[in-house]
Parts: sequence; C-alpha cells; structure tokens
Amino acid sequence: MLETLILALIVLFVMITLAAYTTYAERRICAFMQQRPGPNRVGPFGLLQPAADGLKLLLKENIVPADANKTIHFIAPVITVMLAVSALCILPFARGVQVFDANIGILFTLAIASVSVYGISMAGWASNSKYALLGGLRSSAQMISYELSMGISIVSVILLTNHFYPGAEYLRLTSIVEAQKDVWFIFINPLGFFIFLVCAFAETNRAPFDFAEAEQELVAGFHTEYTGMKFGSFFVGEYMNLWIASGIITTLFVGGYRGPFEEMLGVANWDFIKQTAWGVSWFLGKSAFFVFVFIWVRWTLPRFKYNQLMNIGWRYFLPLSILNLMVIALVLNLIQ
Amino acid sequence: MVETVLFWVLAVLSIATALAVITNRNPMYSVLLLVVNFFCIGGLYLTLNAEFIAVIQIIVYAGAIMVLFLFVVMLLNLGSEKSLEPAFDAKKGLAFLLGLAFLAEMLVAMKDFSAIGSAKETFEYGKVEKIGLQLMTQYVYPFEMISVILLVALIGALMIAKKYN
Amino acid sequence: MKNYFEQYLQNPCLNYNLAPFSKRMQEYYGAFIMIAIGLGLALILSNLQNILIRKRFTERKVMPYESGMDPVGTARDRFSIKFYLIAMLFILFDIEIIFMYPWAVQYKQLGIFGFIEMFSFVLILFVGYIYVVKKGGLDWN
Repeated sequence: MLETLILALIVLFVMITLAAYTTYAERRICAFMQQRPGPNRVGPFGLLQPAADGLKLLLKENIVPADANKTIHFIAPVITVMLAVSALCILPFARGVQVFDANIGILFTLAIASVSVYGISMAGWASNSKYALLGGLRSSAQMISYELSMGISIVSVILLTNHFYPGAEYLRLTSIVEAQKDVWFIFINPLGFFIFLVCAFAETNRAPFDFAEAEQELVAGFHTEYTGMKFGSFFVGEYMNLWIASGIITTLFVGGYRGPFEEMLGVANWDFIKQTAWGVSWFLGKSAFFVFVFIWVRWTLPRFKYNQLMNIGWRYFLPLSILNLMVIALVLNLIQ
Repeated sequence: MVETVLFWVLAVLSIATALAVITNRNPMYSVLLLVVNFFCIGGLYLTLNAEFIAVIQIIVYAGAIMVLFLFVVMLLNLGSEKSLEPAFDAKKGLAFLLGLAFLAEMLVAMKDFSAIGSAKETFEYGKVEKIGLQLMTQYVYPFEMISVILLVALIGALMIAKKYN
Repeated sequence: MKNYFEQYLQNPCLNYNLAPFSKRMQEYYGAFIMIAIGLGLALILSNLQNILIRKRFTERKVMPYESGMDPVGTARDRFSIKFYLIAMLFILFDIEIIFMYPWAVQYKQLGIFGFIEMFSFVLILFVGYIYVVKKGGLDWN
C-alpha cells in the first residue's frame, strides 16, 4: 500500500513536470517552425517559463460569469484534472513499475477516455457563453465519433496480442508489451496504428482537430469563461492527456518499455534498479517522440472544417478500421 | 468483511443517487447524478470480481448512453424549471402502474434467491475470457441476434432524426 | 461446439482459481490511490486562487465574453438534431465494439468459427451503416 502510494506520487510528480515542460517545448518548437525566438527570458533559455506561467495563473482572480451554473462550472475542471491523473495509473513505465496493473488494462483507459467528454461539455454548458457552449458541444461530438475507430483499432491490437503471446491475459497492458518481443505491432498493423494516432489527436482535442478551442472562431472554446488556475486545470489536463495518449500509443504499437536487443543484452537478468532505468528511459523516450509528433502536426496542418472532421471519422475511419480488423482476423486465422 | 462494507456503502450510495436523479428539478444535475449512480453500480460489479462488466458499465452507460442524455438536455434547453411543472395525466398513472408491476415481478423473481451462494458462484463469470467463450459458443445465436437488434435501433434512430430534420 | 468447452478447460488464463474480491483488493489500491490523488490535486488547483486572491465583482467582469459586445440572446440555445443522431449512432456502434473484446481474447481458441461469427455480426451492422450513409444520416452541411 505504502509502496503504491509512493510510486503514485512519483508518477504524478514526473508527469506534471513533463506536462508543464511540454507547454514550454510546444512554444519553443512552434517558434522554431515560425522562425521566431519563442519564450527565452525567464531563466536560462526561458526554462523557468512554466513556473512563471503557473504563478501568473495562480494570482488571477476567479471569475464566474453571470447566470452561469456555479456548481457545474466548478465541477468541470475538477473532473478534467481528476480523470487525467487517474489515467496515469495504467501506464506501464517499466517492468513492474505500474501503479495499477489491471487485468482489464486497456479498457480502463477507454473508460476514462469515454467519461472525459463530461469535463468539456459541462464546462461549455455551464459557462452561459455561446462560444463555450459551441466549443463544448462540437468537441464532445467529435470525441465520441473518434472513440469508435479508436476502440476498433485497440481490438486489432488485442487480436495480435492473442496470437503472439498465447496464454496471457490479453487486455493487460504488460501482456501487450511483452507480445511485441519480436516485432512491434506498428509494423504488423500500420493501418491500425495510423487510425489510433489520428483518433488520439481527436480525443486530446489537438490540431488539426482542435474544435474544442478553435481560437480563431470560438475565442478559447469551452474554457473561454475560466480564469486563473481553473483555466490552468484544463491546461494541465490537456497536456497530461497528451502524455497519456503518447504513452498508450507507445505501449500498444511500439513496444512500450522494451528496448531493442533485450535478449542480447540479457535485460531480464539485470537487477531491478537497472531494469527500471532501462525501461523508463525507453518508455519516456518513445512517448516524448510521439509528443513531439503531436506538436509538430499541430503547427504544420491547418484545422479541418467541422463537416470534414465528421466525414473523416464516420465515413472513412469507421469502415476502414473495421476492414482492417477483419483482414487481421482472417490472416491470423490462415497462418495458424 | 471488506466486501460487505463495500457492498453497503455502494448500495446506499447508488440508491441515494438514484432517488436524487428523480427528485432533482434541474435535468443537468439529474444527468450527472445518474453518471455517479452508474459508477456505484460499476463498483458493485467490481466487488463481485466482474471487472469486465464493471468497465463495460462505465464505457457503455456512463460514456455513451449518458452522453446522449447530456446532448438531449443541452439540445432541448430544459434549463428553466417552469417547463417541468408536474402535471398528473394518464401517462403518469400508467407509468406508476407499470412500475408497481415491475416491482412485483422483481419480488417474485427474487423470492427463492439466496444472495450469498450466488455471489460465490459468480467469482469467475465476470472475466472477459469466460464471457468471450460463453458468448461465442453457447450463446452464439443470441449474440447474432444482438446485431439484428442494433440494426433495428440504428434504423429507428435515423427515422426519428429524419422526421424532425 | 462441445470441443470448445474442452478446449476451454485447457485455456491457461481461465484455469487459475480466482480469489474473492476482498482477497485481491490490493490490485486495485493503485487505482483508488491515483483517483484520490487526482481529486485532491483538482480541488487544490481550483480552490487555490479563491484563497489567495480577493474577489472584486463588477458587472462588466462577470458578463459573458462576446468579443466585447453586449451578449445577444441566450446562450442556452437549441441545437441541431444532428448531434443527437451522432450520439445515438455512437451508442449502437459502441455496443458493437464492446462485444469485440470478449471475442478478441478468445479468438485463437475459436478458430475459423470465431471469424465467421464476428464477420456476420459486423456484416449485419454494416448493412445498417450503409443505410445510414445512403439516407444522408451522416451529412453535415
């Protein structure tokens, strides 16, 4: 119990720091892409910028708009942060370094993703603002649309786990990682990976799917009417979700905490500290790469139109992911 | 011991939230309380070792069906309480009678029901592997029927939406 | 069909004796702790500024932001039935996907029979999907 508590606190601390520095990284990378310096005044290279931002948000007054539903206006950011933090417990950082090794594994993540619609839509509804309501409604419709293709591509990963790692509990995230001992699932199931990646963009409300915010048309979308640290809560949630999505992609498709040549190096015989360091660095390294991809795409692609977004989700991705699943199922049956 | 405590806490919570759902005047609060209620029921499944059912309860009920309710509440703008003034009509009376009939049915069904024995037997039934095998072998026809029912619901939903479009 | 049950008995992931929940509750401590920490953090984050900063209300400040204009009409307006239809379709397909998980974990044991089962299951729903597309249920304009 105490070990779990300590591990949970360490995970939380690390992930919050990472989330905070992702805001910094995002601004620096975007500045680099737009050929301007970006934040560089607070501390060396602007490295203290996240702390300054946090302090600024903390010192802002809490404003609740007139006629807003105060209770729901208060609950929305609480739900967002709570769900983002709870989703952290499922990430397998290394062999044995996981706060909650559930046998339902990946479904826990899916459950949290499906419930996190509430944070956004409640924030939008409670604010008594047209921008907020539109942002909330649009993004909840978007999130549920892309959840379908996401779920189907997870099923294809489970089929592969079932084939490559017989006898395990196939929904467990550590089983999925161990099933990629010989080959990463991204090479066997590239279409599933692509669908999952795009759905992760949509689920985390990142460009080109950032209809929740869409700053050019909806000011700040569902959190237009939030100030200070409540606004900061949504920000923390968003960047934490970014890391969670990257961590799940890492786990499902690119071998999670497993590095290359593990058999040759004999990693399984190392002591616990060494193994953990090895696993954590691979996991966070791969996740960081995907976080970079998220940022890269955000500052490269323009936003879709809303009807395009719905069309992509329902007309292309849903049939495509079902087709992908059926093809994988058939092939697995034939090679058995 | 732990199970009993958990059961009573979750049972009381779920009944309390269920009552709050139907007594609350603000439909938005009702929706959120119903979500809490589903989480409590999910917890009850968890104490029966039925992790898969518990997580399905949350994904399907809290994550999908309640989102529809949320949309309906947002869509119909039921924010004002005036539109929800209670009025007694035939529909309400019928609903009350049907509710009583359902209660009676449940009581009859539960007459010979021994909670402790069956709780022990369900220890394995919530596992996804067990459900998968039973569903795909013994209950394969009901499983295929589900698909047909979903198809009917799909067409029905489209018809309703088209009618008001 | 009978030999599936025989295979089932040899399925290693089913054959261990599952302890009652109270015996294996420590598996879940991680989730409980993380949810509790998350709730605590969220409450701290959203209450901190109330403690630190005094509120000064002015009428202008609490006005909903509408690009500097006075708000026009109500924000709680009615919305297109499209969103309702999307939510409805989502429920149906979500249920379909949920049934794929128990199938996927038993796929190897079920063999070609499992493929045919799921194929027909998906096919029936796919007919409905095509119907929805043809009827314009997914048109957004």
